[in-house]
Amino acid sequence: MKSSVIVFPGSNCDRDIAVALEKFQINNQMVWHNETNLPKSDLVILPGGFSYGDYLRTGCIASKSRIMHDIIKHANGGGLILGICNGFQILIEIGLLPGVLLRNKKLRFVSKNVYLKVINIENQFCLSCVKKNIIELPIAHNEGNYFADDKILQNLEDNNLIAFKYCDEKGNISNNSNPNGSSNNIAGILNNSKNILGMMPHPERLIDPILSGEDGSMIFESLLKSQ
Amino acid sequence: MKISATVTLKKDVLDPQGKVVSQTLKNMGYKSVINVRQGKYFEIELNEADKEKAKKIVEEISKKLLTNIIIEDYTINLE
Amino acid sequence: MKITPEIIDKHGIKPDEYKKIISLIGKKPNLLELGIFSAMWNEHCSYKSSKKYLKTLPTKNKKVIQGPGENAGVVDIGDNDAIVFKIESHNHPSYIEPYQGAATGVGGILRDIFTMGARPIATLNSIHFGNHEHSKTKNLLNGVVSGIGGYGNCIGIPTVGGEVKFDSSYNENILVNAMAVGLVKKNKIFYSKAKGINKPVIYIGSKTGRDGIHGASMASVEFDKNAEEKKPTVQVGDPFTEKLLLEACLELMKDDSIISIQDMGAAGLTSSSVEMAAKGNLGIEINLDKVPCREEKMTPYEMMLSESQERMLLILNSEKVENAKKIFKKWELDFSIIGKTTSSKNLVLNFNGKEVANLPLSSLSTDVPVYDRKWRKSIVPKKINSRKDFKSFKIIDSLKKILMSPNNSEKSWIWEQYDQTVMGDTVQKPGGDSAVVRIHGKNKGVAITVDSSAHYCLANPMVGGKQVVCEAWRNLISVGANPIAITNCLNFGNPEKDKIMGQFVESIDGISQACTYLDFPVVSGNVSFYNETQNKAISPTPTIGAVGVIKNLDYMLTKNFKEVGSYILVVGKTLGHLHQSEFFREVVKINDGPPPEVNLFNEKNNGTFIQTLISKKLLNSVHDISSGGILVALSEMCIFGKIGAKIKIPQDSISPHEYLFAEDQSRYLIEVNNKNKDEVSKILEKNGIFYEVIGKTQRDSLDLYKEFDIKLNNLYKLNSFWFKNYFKEN
Repeated sequence: MKSSVIVFPGSNCDRDIAVALEKFQINNQMVWHNETNLPKSDLVILPGGFSYGDYLRTGCIASKSRIMHDIIKHANGGGLILGICNGFQILIEIGLLPGVLLRNKKLRFVSKNVYLKVINIENQFCLSCVKKNIIELPIAHNEGNYFADDKILQNLEDNNLIAFKYCDEKGNISNNSNPNGSSNNIAGILNNSKNILGMMPHPERLIDPILSGEDGSMIFESLLKSQ
Repeated sequence: MKISATVTLKKDVLDPQGKVVSQTLKNMGYKSVINVRQGKYFEIELNEADKEKAKKIVEEISKKLLTNIIIEDYTINLE
Repeated sequence: MKITPEIIDKHGIKPDEYKKIISLIGKKPNLLELGIFSAMWNEHCSYKSSKKYLKTLPTKNKKVIQGPGENAGVVDIGDNDAIVFKIESHNHPSYIEPYQGAATGVGGILRDIFTMGARPIATLNSIHFGNHEHSKTKNLLNGVVSGIGGYGNCIGIPTVGGEVKFDSSYNENILVNAMAVGLVKKNKIFYSKAKGINKPVIYIGSKTGRDGIHGASMASVEFDKNAEEKKPTVQVGDPFTEKLLLEACLELMKDDSIISIQDMGAAGLTSSSVEMAAKGNLGIEINLDKVPCREEKMTPYEMMLSESQERMLLILNSEKVENAKKIFKKWELDFSIIGKTTSSKNLVLNFNGKEVANLPLSSLSTDVPVYDRKWRKSIVPKKINSRKDFKSFKIIDSLKKILMSPNNSEKSWIWEQYDQTVMGDTVQKPGGDSAVVRIHGKNKGVAITVDSSAHYCLANPMVGGKQVVCEAWRNLISVGANPIAITNCLNFGNPEKDKIMGQFVESIDGISQACTYLDFPVVSGNVSFYNETQNKAISPTPTIGAVGVIKNLDYMLTKNFKEVGSYILVVGKTLGHLHQSEFFREVVKINDGPPPEVNLFNEKNNGTFIQTLISKKLLNSVHDISSGGILVALSEMCIFGKIGAKIKIPQDSISPHEYLFAEDQSRYLIEVNNKNKDEVSKILEKNGIFYEVIGKTQRDSLDLYKEFDIKLNNLYKLNSFWFKNYFKEN
């Protein structure tokens, strides 16, 4: 499997995701935002961080990068795209995913481990979660509060396009287990053709037992399996 | 009565956001853009019919809450 | 412009200092030159009140590569790896504008790290606020925490530890001390000493504006009632630009283009150009027309004293300039050749074709006066028999009160606002005895802690200074690290007052004694004086940041209890010292008396054998005993591990209150399973280490024989109540 990680000025988690891809032996290239051509890739990753400092609107300025043209082509051709945290925000600004990511309800940055229920296992990012569908991953964000109008939310629910929802360690989905006020506790969503996943939590940060867990590995294992 | 207030950074204070927006516009082809400063706009609806009184209230609100007087200025716009 | 006595005074220069300036330079300085002296001769840049005593600190050991005198300290951690670290204050600006003051404090310390070629891998902070009921405290706390998070999170460096303290001595003078740690290859360290004549001097980073003019001078003046009027001097941080600057510098540092490099911090272009040239015993000539300016019609005075953030000064090899320019263009940063090194040994500034300043560099560096300020010893409080009957306070109520107090509450409300895991190498997050960050790509780790004990220092500055170094040392040992060196941020009041200067001198003496004995030298740091308002000074607050190495992370330990049915031991003797303890201060309300004594022999001995036990994998968990004594340390091990304990006080020579709440030093709580208990006892006994078994771990609750029994859930609720309640989030 070949992947490309897009690096924007201000991306911070590009190295972290590159380390994860290397660990799972996915052939990766780092691609600077200003390039016009995307190298041949099966998977494109928009990493986490603060592209352009989150200035103006988070993900907004990155969405105007030169490389976007090729990324949209890749998406329309059925290529896989994974947007993590800031990457999810960028996918929304480009228009490849619906809705908007607002400021966390408590108006504070939140960095901690949370539990997620894997709602849709039948996509190329989550196949491995069939063995464990309540996973623990870290979140670290200021604007993770997913919001969309009722029509969009209904569509997401009805068509099984929600990948993850925030839950407690037993899998119960409630206000108490919602760290940022997201509608329907949404933590990650897929597009209609299920080749694009946008998620707020960081799977690349939990791939090592010494870092308190390995649930993030399942995302990468799924991608390898899906080849 | 609706009165709006605009809050902007003081003249000599660095505006990191404005700086990036300006650069992005130039990169997008808007070569005639020289500089951009970013601020905030507040629209305040008051239950007060007297224009002068309303203006005074918004002045006070601006000073006490809306503006960080250390690095920001405000202007009141009457509709 | 005529230089009047009033103008000289406004520049913070005393009449006798002015006379000395004239004698050093052989002329009367013009306004620009006066401004330059004002920046370089003030306390913050010159250390004129503290230098004499800072020189007495131990600064070397086998692992120190660079001690004080550079942008940061550097220590060798093996395999060609080195750790670069420093702590610095940003107190006065944070009181005026807490968000930006704290943010730019973080920005400044990070630049000190990457200017040496190190990629920053962690930040920590020690922040002190007034009494929680004081009108300004909540806003200041919120602003500072948001500012630290706003900057650190954006630039993508994890904030992994710190401390937050509340005390009324900080009511009008908060403290914000920011620490940063970076990783570098030993053979790839960059220094600030200029070398070579006629080499290009290059300005990189953000444009220069009118920010913070005279910020360094502000740090050297007490606040008066009109602190508000000092407003315009606060700078705004731009963490996005700093991230670009970080990446651009590290990219340029891959080869040998850079001869020397320094960040522009306090006193901006003035201090960086003067220090680089003076260290290299060279001259420097700057053409101010070439300085990239953000505002129109900036004067030389403004350009030289501006404290605009996110800027560095480089001296490059001439052939490498074009390539360097390309790198900074890619990262969209300003790059301007503003001058060159010369053989003159002078600072020469040109503007609009004219020479506007010409000063011998020695007058701004080596000839800056060093003062031997008058000082008097603190009156050491004698231990007095308490008038209050402290034994009448119920032990369980006392424990609850301490666990619910702002200083002892669990602080995740604060540190969850900081990204602790970006960069994927945070092995121990905030809340433990030390943070641990993995060396990227290896199974080795660096342990980091930051500590202060202001109330001990107020009671007895010498003992307090000793104690805080020992506590940092213990905190590193507790996670399985081998302590290497420290950085210190010395926060005090006005040194022109003999009582304050005495606190400074005696704290340094204490720090020095402990550092020497423990082979734990000072490699960097800073001094912040004048932390007082209307004659009320802060308690003397030396803050110690310390670093240690864990060679193999398989041997790292944490403080949470690991299994039910294991033994709990107290290592080190409990004498029962209650003065200056949390029990006395929070519960009984006795604030006087001496702090606990520090016996360096026991400190070293006990710690060394804890290390032996850890190296033999004989321990389940370790926690050092400090604030609150045995009972609070034990509660923390239970809460963190979600495993309780059943304990009984093992002796009756001192009262239960004295045993449980004393803050005697050099002690640890350890958890040992059944299998290892005999061997642990053997090793401790063989080496004359005093220890006592106080009980065993159990499920669900903490039981103290014949005293109380409390469910862990309740303990947790009490300990995590305060911050949520303060910010009304229950």
